[in-house]
Amino acid sequence: MVRKTIERIYLSLIFLFLYLPIAVLIILSFNNSKTRVQWGGFTLKWYRSLFSDSSIMSAFWTTLFLALVSALIATLLGTVAALGIDAMKKRSQTLMIGATNIPLLNADIVTGISMMLLFVRFTRLGMNTVLIAHITFNIPYVILNVLPKLKQGSRTTYEAALDLGATPLYAFFKITWPQIRPGVLSGFLMAMTMSLDDFSVTYFTKGAGIHTLSTMIYTEMRKGVRPEMYALSTILFLLALVLLLFMNFGPSARKEKEGDSL
Amino acid sequence: MHNLKRQLLAGPYLLWMAGFILLPVAVILYYAFTTTSGDFTLLNVTSIFASIHWKSLMLSLKLAFICTAVCLLLSYPLAMILSSMKLKRQGFIVFIFILPMWMNFMLRILAWKLLLSNNGVINTMLASWNLPLLDVLNTPFAVVFCMVYDFLPFMILPIYNAMSRIEPDIIEAAKDLGANNITIFFKIIVPLTLSGVVSGITMVFVPALTSFAISDLLGGGKVLLIGNVIEQAFIQEYNWNLGSGLSLVLMVFVIASMALMSAKGEEGGTGVW
Repeated sequence: MVRKTIERIYLSLIFLFLYLPIAVLIILSFNNSKTRVQWGGFTLKWYRSLFSDSSIMSAFWTTLFLALVSALIATLLGTVAALGIDAMKKRSQTLMIGATNIPLLNADIVTGISMMLLFVRFTRLGMNTVLIAHITFNIPYVILNVLPKLKQGSRTTYEAALDLGATPLYAFFKITWPQIRPGVLSGFLMAMTMSLDDFSVTYFTKGAGIHTLSTMIYTEMRKGVRPEMYALSTILFLLALVLLLFMNFGPSARKEKEGDSL
Repeated sequence: MHNLKRQLLAGPYLLWMAGFILLPVAVILYYAFTTTSGDFTLLNVTSIFASIHWKSLMLSLKLAFICTAVCLLLSYPLAMILSSMKLKRQGFIVFIFILPMWMNFMLRILAWKLLLSNNGVINTMLASWNLPLLDVLNTPFAVVFCMVYDFLPFMILPIYNAMSRIEPDIIEAAKDLGANNITIFFKIIVPLTLSGVVSGITMVFVPALTSFAISDLLGGGKVLLIGNVIEQAFIQEYNWNLGSGLSLVLMVFVIASMALMSAKGEEGGTGVW
């Protein structure tokens, strides 16, 4: 009994640690006072002025565009690559998985700098370069999510379909795709999360005029972050909460749970 | 059968990685070993021994060690508690620890800055209880604190994954054979979760060693990590050769720690997912 209580307390403390700053930011977004440390009453004005603030909105759309497009392209490239890796011999598979792990574990700052050095030799830094950089660090997340699903699925069913006259494409969509779909989905979500939360790589590979939310906050940090920023991130956080809750407990989650990552 | 045609599907990925992972590293190597006029030099790399650079490298290593150790100490009991709860939906645990990432990390750090500041919420609370006040902002402590905050999920998830894969039967069997809880912990739970611990350590140590944003925001310019030195070389001094040389040194440290860890966790493969 005592042990259970201690466990509960410990668990609550860790959750407090993880979610306390988020609570602070949400409270600040309703704070009717420009100074961050004082509570000046409840207001929704930051939510109203947010949508007329063109610089924040443009950083928001850039962030969203980068996250969606880079996750989509990475999912496509990564899933196709996982199919290829799955067909390889054991030794080349180990090699490929090892190589896939490198950008995942390498220092963000080194990844960002090395890509910047390459890009400036051939082109100007801009939207394209950030997008390429995001795709690059996103692909491993997709591969590492899809590959285990391919391993769990049975190869024989796929081959049986081929023997029975199915074209490889038809067999893929009828047999392989349903098996790997949860992995592809969680890979996509993981990639999107990483892209949304990235700072270091974006910081080095973006052009002068481009801002994502992270880089914008970083430059604003010294002179003070605008309260509209808290409002925007509160909205984003609540959207994510609803989306992820729906995926975990919604109707589609019932069918395909079996140890999904997200 | 190893279908050759299917293997070719990995082709685009290989090309992409060659172009955007290997080639950039080659460019870093080029800059690291040349002067601004393009002559060969070792000075960029050896400048790591210059006292300011060396001091920041040592500080980075120290803080990364502390951060990793604290994360491990916090995560291991947590993973044990979580896995003993026998949740039906394991995805939910992952969900809880990934969710904070959807609030921008820069803002979360800012929130800690507000909480920890001298006239912040925590100090106001401490003052009302007549407890001694905190003065941690702009110290290495604040930097480590936020590193732990930011990287903790990367330690918890792999350990939890490994822990929840342990068959309850094995522990039952050990109990039947007369093992006490301490023996079970050291002979069964620790060895079976080692792979998770190893990937957790790598996933926390490397970002902690190389981060520069956290120390920049919370160190107030007083905590200079190797990441900050490199960033300044590129952004403020425009000295790409020096920056590349130092990045190369940092890369060597990262690769060394990865090699050390993967030698320990060879049979493992318990990732975050």
